[in-house]
Amino acid sequence: MPRFAVGDVVRVRRAFPPGHVRTPYFTRGRSGIVDAIAGNYRNPEELAYGRYDAPTLPLYRVSFRQADLWPEYDGPAADTTIVDIYENWLEPAEEGQ
Amino acid sequence: MAGPDTHSHDHGDHSHGHDHEHDHARTFQPDIEDKPFSHYQVMAEALGELLIDSGVITADELRQQLEWLDARSPADGAKLVARAWTDPGFKKQLLQDVNAAAESIGLSAGDIPIRAIENTPAVHNVVVCTLCSCYPRGLLGLPPDWYKSREYRSRTVREPRAVLAEFGTVIPKEVEVRVHDSTADLRYLVLPMQPKGSESMKADALEELVTRDCMIGVSLPRSPRA
Repeated sequence: MPRFAVGDVVRVRRAFPPGHVRTPYFTRGRSGIVDAIAGNYRNPEELAYGRYDAPTLPLYRVSFRQADLWPEYDGPAADTTIVDIYENWLEPAEEGQ
Repeated sequence: MAGPDTHSHDHGDHSHGHDHEHDHARTFQPDIEDKPFSHYQVMAEALGELLIDSGVITADELRQQLEWLDARSPADGAKLVARAWTDPGFKKQLLQDVNAAAESIGLSAGDIPIRAIENTPAVHNVVVCTLCSCYPRGLLGLPPDWYKSREYRSRTVREPRAVLAEFGTVIPKEVEVRVHDSTADLRYLVLPMQPKGSESMKADALEELVTRDCMIGVSLPRSPRA
């Protein structure tokens, strides 16, 4: 069962672990909205080290307002970036955090 | 060593027999092997050799896979887009499952799940992979060099409108620019809007309007009058 639903506000963990990580730096610590649940996939952080028996993880399409990613963003407020993020990187958040 | 400036091609001042030492030898263009062999190239070569030596795959299977990848082209993606423009049922299927929709018309999109993202009058989509070069290769072929460049990867998420403008694509302020960063298990294909004036065209003529770049989202389809 995915932990989050479409429309939930989530925050990407502000963490900087070593190794193979697919969560872009510019999203760390930023809040966005779950746009879609993309299904369950193997965790690339485990696959990268040959661990194929780790459980699969839900993958989310998280929509960030550009202004929340880049304080200096000078385009329209409606512009967004959607990033695919695995569940282990997300925590619940409140709007505006 | 004689550089291009000092290496004269004016042979008028000496006899031009074929037995003399010619310094063309000093101006060879470097071969691929003359560039530094990176760690990852070594690892890729080693992995390929190990898979073949241990009987997991044959050298011919590896070659076939490379040949298949090299033979992919944006023409396949264009077929899907043109079909979606002319067949609402197919469009629905494409938006649900690109790989299955491709298979239903005899195309192979490969094993990696691909999603179609639809441009509308309110939203313009553009695709980037900020981490590397994830790309719907099964439908568009190998990604262009600029798609893999640090400039494109870093700036498309940060100032997408400026990047689009450099491609000659100016998106009006009232249209949302939506960037898709494909960093994980999915790949993305932009379904552009059908250009005005092409409404009466048949699917095979419409395919000609659908360029690689408009399926990445950095451009719009060709105009039928162009």
